[in-house]
Amino acid sequence: MAILEAVNLKKSFGGVVAVDNLSFSVETGQIKSIIGPNGAGKTTVYNLITGLLPPTSGLIRFNGQTITGLKTHTIASLGLARTFQNVRLFENMTVLENVMVGCHQRMGSGLFSAICRLPKFRREEKQTAAVALEKLALVGLADQSQRPAFSLPFAQQRTLEIARALAAEPRMILLDEPAAGLNSHETVQLGKLILKIRQMGLTVLLVEHDMELVMDISEEILVINYGKKIAEGKPAEIQDNQEVIKAYLGEDFKGR
Amino acid sequence: MAKNLRKLPSGRWGIAIFILCLALFPLLTVNNPYYINVMVFVGINTIIVVGLNLLMGYAGQISLGHAAFYGIGAYCSGLLTAKYGCSPWLALPAAVALTASVAYLIGLPTLRLKGHYLAMATLGFGMVVYIVLRQLSWLTGDSSGLMGIPGISIGRFKLDTDLKYYFLVWTMAVGVLMLSRNIVNSRIGRALRAVEGSETAARTLGVDTARYKLQVFALSAAYAGLAGFLYAHFMGFIGPSTFGFKFSIELVTMVVVGGMASIWGSVLGAAFLTILPECLRVAEDYDIVIYGLLLMVVMIFMPKGLTRTTVDLLKSRWTASPVSQTNEE
Repeated sequence: MAILEAVNLKKSFGGVVAVDNLSFSVETGQIKSIIGPNGAGKTTVYNLITGLLPPTSGLIRFNGQTITGLKTHTIASLGLARTFQNVRLFENMTVLENVMVGCHQRMGSGLFSAICRLPKFRREEKQTAAVALEKLALVGLADQSQRPAFSLPFAQQRTLEIARALAAEPRMILLDEPAAGLNSHETVQLGKLILKIRQMGLTVLLVEHDMELVMDISEEILVINYGKKIAEGKPAEIQDNQEVIKAYLGEDFKGR
Repeated sequence: MAKNLRKLPSGRWGIAIFILCLALFPLLTVNNPYYINVMVFVGINTIIVVGLNLLMGYAGQISLGHAAFYGIGAYCSGLLTAKYGCSPWLALPAAVALTASVAYLIGLPTLRLKGHYLAMATLGFGMVVYIVLRQLSWLTGDSSGLMGIPGISIGRFKLDTDLKYYFLVWTMAVGVLMLSRNIVNSRIGRALRAVEGSETAARTLGVDTARYKLQVFALSAAYAGLAGFLYAHFMGFIGPSTFGFKFSIELVTMVVVGGMASIWGSVLGAAFLTILPECLRVAEDYDIVIYGLLLMVVMIFMPKGLTRTTVDLLKSRWTASPVSQTNEE
């Protein structure tokens, strides 16, 4: 069953068409990647899915429900989380607090109970901190929980972003170039983490330029260029696709 | 760093010591009621600055019109009591509710704006309120202002001296401080700080950022309304010039000088910039020059504000303490 479906998705900025009549679907529980040259419209697709941008036309269904036109935070509450190409942490908060913001939806306490520090509030704070720590442990950042987020090395900032997204307990996570700026060892670790996330039952959509990572972990790949789909299929098929090689992978990638 | 700062002075001990200092302060000034008078203003300004800091420092939204909310609170309470004979204790919730509601309505369209545009919009709002207060003279009194605002009494106990009023103002100020501290370290507070960190990221995590921005805007206005109430009944008369653009800017300066996103910084900022002009009176005509220069020096050498710079300085002295370990980089 498809958890995410995009139908004839189109987005134009003035005269520039960033996403052009794009249709694709992501099956529940799979790791799917979107690849393509810079400026192909990958991040725009993410922004359309998460409601940060309204599509010019077309629609997106998540879990059978049409989510185009919904507000970003509503879409998030349906179980769709994401990370960002340029890491967007809450820099002045601690690592733990960052992840606790991810738990926002699942907590219920409002202004009143916070002001009065009701027992219910304290209990919820404790539980949330525990859940957040659990997520941090999952990505290997538990020992850094009290550090201010901005003081983390870059690679850990990326994994913190993933932990924060996971704290929302999503059904699906969209990762936007999570390996950008990571060294090869860190990238291997990231690959393992993504597989672990899939094992937890999440669906993963990945936008990434690191082809080794993409080919290693994806079950399916969607290739776009100038906002259009140029190929879709299993990693092996994509590697042999002439059009993909011409537009993106380059001749020397063949036969790897 | 931010977390440590919040932990260090804002623990229960911090509050206890702070309250003790406030309670003992009048003993030092038996012979000089003028100090008490200044401290009343420090308290009133603290209340506004804490609210503005929640909005600016924590949620990252600017307001250049906060003096207007202060004015709305003052005039609401002043009019209800002086003209319509209402009890101040009934006027208080009315003043707070009115300022919060006005902020809510103003915030609905303006909080969609960001950065400079929000600054402009709130600036415009402040000016509109100022002009209305001036021009609506049939209601708000002539240019000399609204007179005959009664003092406050608790039961039969009249708060008729500066000292008694000092205790009222600071009780409320401490209440506001503790309330704000509780908000900051809660789900809502984290959501606000997330808006400041990255509104986009906050939204993708399911935080209804528009709603929380509006809530904190209304809350900070409510604080200003409370301060306006305290001001009106302390002075006994109010005029529009108190609530103009200049004071809005002063409030923002207090937030920045004290320290953005710091509850205690708000107290320090309000105290520093309320007391400083009083001290500079000895310089007579040059006071405004020295005031300006001092502000420049503070901002150049303490860009994070008084509190944070002081705490950092203390920490660097105690390099052996475990706190500083998490504070590197």
